Amino acid sequence: MLAIIRTALLSLRRDRPALALSFLLPIAFFSIFAVIFGGQRNTLPRVGVIVVDEDQSTASRALLRGLQQEGSLRVVLRPDSAHKGVELPAYTAQSAEAAVKAGDVSVALVVPKGFGQNPISFAPNQAGPSIQLLSDSSDPIAPQMVAGLLQKTALTALGPAMAEKGSLYFEHYAGGFTPEQHQRIQESLTEMRKMESAESSHTPAAGSASSGGMIAVQNHTVLGENKNKPIVSFYAAAIGVMFLLFTASGVAGSLLDEAESGTLDRVLSSRVTMTRLLGGKMAYNVLLAFAQLTLMFLWAWLVFNVDLPHHIPGFVVMGLSTAVAVSAFGILLASICHSRSQLGSLSTLLILMMSAIGGSMFPRYLMPAAVQKVGLFTINAWAIDGFTKVFWRDLPVMDLWPQVAVLLGVGVVLFLVARRIARRWENA
Amino acid sequence: MASQTAAPVPGVLPLVVESMVKRFGAVTALDGVSLELRAGECLGLLGPNGAGKSTLIRGIVGRVIPDAGRIAVFGEPASSPAARAALGWVPQDLAVYPRLSCRENLLSFGRYQGLSGSQLKESVAWCLKWAALEDRAGDLTGTLSGGMKRRLNMAAGILHRPRVVLMDEPTVGVDPQSRIRIFEMIEELRAGGRSIIYTTHYMEEAERLCDRIAIIDHGRVIAVGSNQELLQSTFAARTEVRARFAGDSTKVAAWVESRGGRMADAVAEITLAHPTEIAALLESASAAGLELDDVSLRRPNLESVFLHLTGRELRD
Repeated sequence: MLAIIRTALLSLRRDRPALALSFLLPIAFFSIFAVIFGGQRNTLPRVGVIVVDEDQSTASRALLRGLQQEGSLRVVLRPDSAHKGVELPAYTAQSAEAAVKAGDVSVALVVPKGFGQNPISFAPNQAGPSIQLLSDSSDPIAPQMVAGLLQKTALTALGPAMAEKGSLYFEHYAGGFTPEQHQRIQESLTEMRKMESAESSHTPAAGSASSGGMIAVQNHTVLGENKNKPIVSFYAAAIGVMFLLFTASGVAGSLLDEAESGTLDRVLSSRVTMTRLLGGKMAYNVLLAFAQLTLMFLWAWLVFNVDLPHHIPGFVVMGLSTAVAVSAFGILLASICHSRSQLGSLSTLLILMMSAIGGSMFPRYLMPAAVQKVGLFTINAWAIDGFTKVFWRDLPVMDLWPQVAVLLGVGVVLFLVARRIARRWENA
Repeated sequence: MASQTAAPVPGVLPLVVESMVKRFGAVTALDGVSLELRAGECLGLLGPNGAGKSTLIRGIVGRVIPDAGRIAVFGEPASSPAARAALGWVPQDLAVYPRLSCRENLLSFGRYQGLSGSQLKESVAWCLKWAALEDRAGDLTGTLSGGMKRRLNMAAGILHRPRVVLMDEPTVGVDPQSRIRIFEMIEELRAGGRSIIYTTHYMEEAERLCDRIAIIDHGRVIAVGSNQELLQSTFAARTEVRARFAGDSTKVAAWVESRGGRMADAVAEITLAHPTEIAALLESASAAGLELDDVSLRRPNLESVFLHLTGRELRD
């Protein structure tokens, strides 16, 4: 018994990278999850919402100010300009809808003309034009959160409108005010409107109860309205990419087997050069990865109704780009490592880390902003974004260029680095 | 293939190695090795493990870059495509794909050598027959016996019909029956006109297969010649006496040294100019107070040559 333990410890001690990784892996994972989830308690990711104020009334401006003061919302009025100091025109209803469809934000609010005439209603069908809430149903949280905060803001930011509407209700149902009461109410309302017009600072009361709907809001799902089980297409890509990475590094590990058995020496003594050998391994890895993705999406189509037949060009483009990136990643890992056990440990560490912060385990929009940015350094994030554009946003193939460019670029760079490192096998 | 293969030219040796030096850090694996391989001959590289045999072979096939020296294959630099095509290498390791069948392995290595179509099929068929693996052609390599794997390893090295074949200890770990089959395969190659370099630390293999033998030790070629030439140049007509004595080993060793011999594993080894000198030798031992246990006479062999030249056993 002791002899077996001693032998196992000796073997582990000889493979120092494997020893280090066996202790490093759990610590690294604990840290990643602690950052992603532990950090959310204090730095809840703010929900981005585009607000289009078509009304430009006192009430709509007050509502906008109220929304801007909400700590959990990031109100966007105009697109970001690529040039510093240049301000682009404010969003319109059309451009806001396009932005939601493109995935810039999950929710947009359009305050229509005439909203300020009658912003509040205490009963159905008594309000003026409704605020339009445009949403992307791939994010099930943001639209509900914005809708609730909109009602809360209405309670706290539209004081004069509330008071006026309340007095009208009282007059209607309680038999009217005396002339003296009527005059006082009017004086009070005038004073409130003055304050509102002066854009006095206004802090919404914290913890106030949300309203059951005092301002009329009409929900429009501009994306994914007719799609079944929206999260399935996300996970087909997310899980697919993660396992592609594992497969690619495992397959590329055949290089290490061949180096160990002497087969690599024999191959390199023939007409096959190292560049051709790595190129061949890369091409095989790409084909295998693409076949894996194809099978995954065929399954998702047949069993989970993911609409593959109508997205074949986008799938092929994204599938091949992703396959190139993951294959080169596998080849690079194999060229860095000196043994199968090293490759196993290193690939597990890197792939699980990339998958955690790159969105393969849970959507990146649920992560803190800083982690979302770090996620952009992973193959997973770009691949998932690309597949989401194809299967969720129905965007044309040309719109995939950022993801395709990054994935192919990553593939080329990683392959070149791997080729450089593989010189150690060429000759002694 | 023929267009890229260095063709034999009259007067041009198949392989020439000149002053090859290779160092790995502080270790000098090859220390100015020079040798020639003649057309159609089998040249044995005989030496113990670590002598530099495999490094020399790997240098010839381009898997090791020499620090100094020159290698020419039919007059072409060893790194040239023509030279590469003319060389066939059977590495010491079983360098085949274990999850492929024999035929699939040969097809793969044939393609790596630039063969295709009917030429590839013919070569594979020829190799399977040469290695006596025709009836196991479809079997996975991992399921073959050690001897069969060795034969497949050899077949993969000569698939492209090279004119110079480098075999690095091809009989390591095989049973006597398989070894004989491998000897027959090598003799068949020689009959086909191939020039062969054959590394081994088995004296009997070198004696059976090789026209000439280069004895290599500590990265240097210390003698080259045919078996007879080596014996003649080292021992002339001398006879080797091996004797065991009872009693004080220090006393025995001192007496052996005084007779110009050496002790190896408690056996005294002394050479005599003529077998008839044995009587005088035994009288000398008796006079020195040594008690003889047993004694034998034998003609010196390659092992004796190696021992004489290096002071070490061939399998040290």
